[in-house]
Amino acid sequence: MNAVLSRRAFGSTLLAGIALATLPAPARALDLASARALIDRAIAEVNIVINAGKPEAAMFKDFEGIFVKYADVDAIARSALGPAARQASPGQMKAFTAAYQGYIGRKYGRRFREFIGGRIEVVDAKPLKSYFEVISVAHLKGEAPFDLRWHVSNKSGRDLFFNIIIEGVNMLASEREEIGAMLKKRNGDLEALIADLKTA
Amino acid sequence: MAAVLLAACAPPPPQPGLNDPFEQTNRAFHGFNRGLDRALVRPSSKIYGAVLPQPVQTGIANFASNLSLPGDAANGALQGNPERFVTNVLRFALNTTVGIGGLFDPAGALGIHRDKTDFGETLHVWGAGEGAYLEFPGLGPSTVRDAVGTAVDIAANPVGMVLASPEKYYATAAKVGSKLGDRNRYSSTIDSVLYDSADSYAQTRLLYLQNRRFELGQTDAGTGDDFIDPYAD
Repeated sequence: MNAVLSRRAFGSTLLAGIALATLPAPARALDLASARALIDRAIAEVNIVINAGKPEAAMFKDFEGIFVKYADVDAIARSALGPAARQASPGQMKAFTAAYQGYIGRKYGRRFREFIGGRIEVVDAKPLKSYFEVISVAHLKGEAPFDLRWHVSNKSGRDLFFNIIIEGVNMLASEREEIGAMLKKRNGDLEALIADLKTA
Repeated sequence: MAAVLLAACAPPPPQPGLNDPFEQTNRAFHGFNRGLDRALVRPSSKIYGAVLPQPVQTGIANFASNLSLPGDAANGALQGNPERFVTNVLRFALNTTVGIGGLFDPAGALGIHRDKTDFGETLHVWGAGEGAYLEFPGLGPSTVRDAVGTAVDIAANPVGMVLASPEKYYATAAKVGSKLGDRNRYSSTIDSVLYDSADSYAQTRLLYLQNRRFELGQTDAGTGDDFIDPYAD
C-alpha cells in the first residue's frame, strides 16, 4: 500500500510539475496552492471534530457546518437532484438545498464518525480537467491507510470542494443515484422528498 | 518475451457507464443476499465481534490474510509485476516464520504491507474487459471478468494444493472468521448501504464498480464518466 501510494504520489507530483511549467504560471500556481490550502483547512476542522468526542447530534451539526463552509452546497445539491433540478422552482431548489445539507451532515457525519481517533492528511494536489484534485490519506487505527480525494473548483466565485472520492467511490455519483431512487419512490414528488430529507 | 506479450495487450480503458443486462436476475439475488445478511451474516458477525477479544480477531484476520499471499504473489508474477511479486513473497516468508504461521504481522511493522490482487486483475492486465455486472447469491457483487478470476483463484490456490486435510479446514474457518470480523467492523457503513438506501441494489452496484475500477487503477486518469462535473450543465 505504501509503495503504491508513494509511486502514485510521485507520478502525480511530476505531472503537476509539468502542467505548471507549461501553463501561464502565476494564476494556475495560485489556484493549485489555494485548492490545497482549502482542503488543509477543511481537514484540520474535520480532525478536530472526530477527536473532540462530542455527542452524535452535536457532531453531525459540526460536520454540516464544515460542509457549508468548504463545499459548494448549491452545486452538489443540484447535481444530486439530477434532471429534476431543471423542473424545480427557485423556491423548491432553496428548500431542497437546505434540507439536503442537513441530510449530508448526518449521513457523512456517520461515516466520518468511524474515523474517531484517526487523522487525515493532504499528500498532493494536481489540476484535473477544469478543476483541482487534492489527494489526502486517511490513517485509521489498525488499518492500512486509504485514499481520500477532494475535487475543488472556483466556478462558484470562491474555492470550494464539490466532490469527495473515497477509494474511488465518488460522492456525487452515489448521491445522484440515491436521491434519484428516493424521488422515484415518491413518484417524482419533490415536496415529499424535501419533507422526508429533513428527518432522513 | 513475457514483456512483449504484456505490452501487446495493454489494459483496456474503463468502460463508461453501466453494463447490467442481467439486472432482473441480479436484483433477485441481491434480495436473497440482503435476507441472508439480515438473518445470518450480520447477527453472526455481531456475536463474533462481541465474543472474541480484539487480539484474537486480529490474529485470525492475519492468519487468513497470510494464506492469501502466495496467490497474490503468483498473480503478481502473471501480471509481470515484479514489485508486487517480491512484496508478497517477502511478507509471506516473514510472517509465516517470525510471525508464527501468520498469526502476527511483523512484516507490516516493517512497512511491508500486502499488495492485494487477484486473477480478475491479472485478466484485466492481460487486456480482458470488465464485462457485465453480476451479483451472486452468497458471494455478492462481481463482473463477468472478476467472476472468472474468482473461480480461477479458488481452483488454483497454491495454499489449497499444499495443505493437508485438517489444516485446510483451519484455513477455511479463518477466512470465514476474518469475513465476519470485517462485516462487524464496517457494520455501520454496510448497514447504511444495504438497509438505509432507497435502492440498495443500485448503490451496491455503483460502490462495487467504482471501487473495483479504482483498485485496478482505471480512475487515475480521470477519464471515466464517474467524474461528474456539476458545473458542466
